[in-house]
Amino acid sequence: MRQLLMVLLLALSFVVHAEIESLTFETAEQEQRYKYFIDELRCLVCQNQNLADSNADLAKDLRMQTYEMITGGKSDQEIIDYMVNRYGDFVLYRPPLKTNTLLLWGGPFIILFLATVIFLRMLRQRNRQAVVHLGESDKAKARGLLAGNEGEKES
Amino acid sequence: MGRYLIPLALFALLVVLLGVGLNLDPRKVPSPLIDKPAPAFALPDLHNGERLITPDAFQGQVWILNVWASWCVSCRAEHEQLLKLASMIKVNMVGLNYKDTNAAALGWLKRYGDPYSISVVDADGKAGIDWGVYGVPETFVMDKRGTVRYKHIGPVGPADVGAIFLPLIQQLEGEPA
Repeated sequence: MRQLLMVLLLALSFVVHAEIESLTFETAEQEQRYKYFIDELRCLVCQNQNLADSNADLAKDLRMQTYEMITGGKSDQEIIDYMVNRYGDFVLYRPPLKTNTLLLWGGPFIILFLATVIFLRMLRQRNRQAVVHLGESDKAKARGLLAGNEGEKES
Repeated sequence: MGRYLIPLALFALLVVLLGVGLNLDPRKVPSPLIDKPAPAFALPDLHNGERLITPDAFQGQVWILNVWASWCVSCRAEHEQLLKLASMIKVNMVGLNYKDTNAAALGWLKRYGDPYSISVVDADGKAGIDWGVYGVPETFVMDKRGTVRYKHIGPVGPADVGAIFLPLIQQLEGEPA
C-alpha cells in the first residue's frame, strides 16, 4: 500500500510545470535570437528580472511581442529600437554607451584605478617608516645592550 | 589627524550619494515618449464597440489619457481626483481601459463615476505597449499638437491635481495648436 502511494506521489511530481509558453520557431537561429532577447530585456514590473524569468503580465506580453517580431523577420536593431522607443534605455540590461552612461560604465574602472594608486602610496609610506633613523646616543645604547647580551651568553 | 581627512571626505561623499540614491524611486521609469508625438491607436469605444477611436479625434485640443482597469486597486484611489479634475477644468479626458473586460469596466464606471469624455478599450494590452505602460494607473498629458508632454506614473494623488495637472493644462491651453 505504501509503495503504491510512493509511486503515485512520484508520478504526480512530474505534473509540476512552470508556465512556459511553448513557442515554435522556423529556424534554430530564430530560437537563439528569441532566447537572447528575453535574457537581455528587463521586465519593468519586477525590475530585477529579465523577461525570461518574470511571470508578470507585462513580461508575458513583451515575450509574445518579441516572438512575433522575430518570426516576422525584424532585425535585432529593430527589436531593440522598438523596446527602447517605448520603455526607454532602462529596458535593456546592457545600458548603451551614451554620454549619460559614461560614468556608469567607466566609474568602476576609475574607482579601481584610484584605489590602486592610494594602496600603492600607502605601501610606499609604510616602507619609508620602517627605516627608522636612530640618533647617536641611541645607537650607543643599542650597541651596549647587544654587547652585554653577548657577554652573558659567553659566561 | 590630517591623514583622516581624505577618507572622511570620501565617506561624506558616499553618504551624500547614498542619500540621493535612496530617495530616488526606481519604479518611476522616465518615459521616452516625452516631447514625441502620441503613439497612434485605433481602439473601440467602451460604450459603442462598433466605433473605433484614434488620437486624430483630439487634434487641436489638450487631452489626457488615463490608463486604468477595474482590477486595479490604486485606480480606485485616484478616481476621485480624476472626477475632481474633470469638474474643475474643461479638458478632454480619455480613459484607456487596459486588459479588462467591458462588463467589468462599465460596471466600475457606473459605480464610481465616469470622468471620461471618451473611453476606449485596450483588451490585449497592445496599445499599452506602444505607450510604454508598465503598471496601471498611468496618466499622460498631450498638448494641442498631439505631443506627449507629461507622464504621471502611479495614481494621481490629491496634491497632484492642484500642483501638477491644473497648471500644466492651463499652460498647454495657452499654447497654439
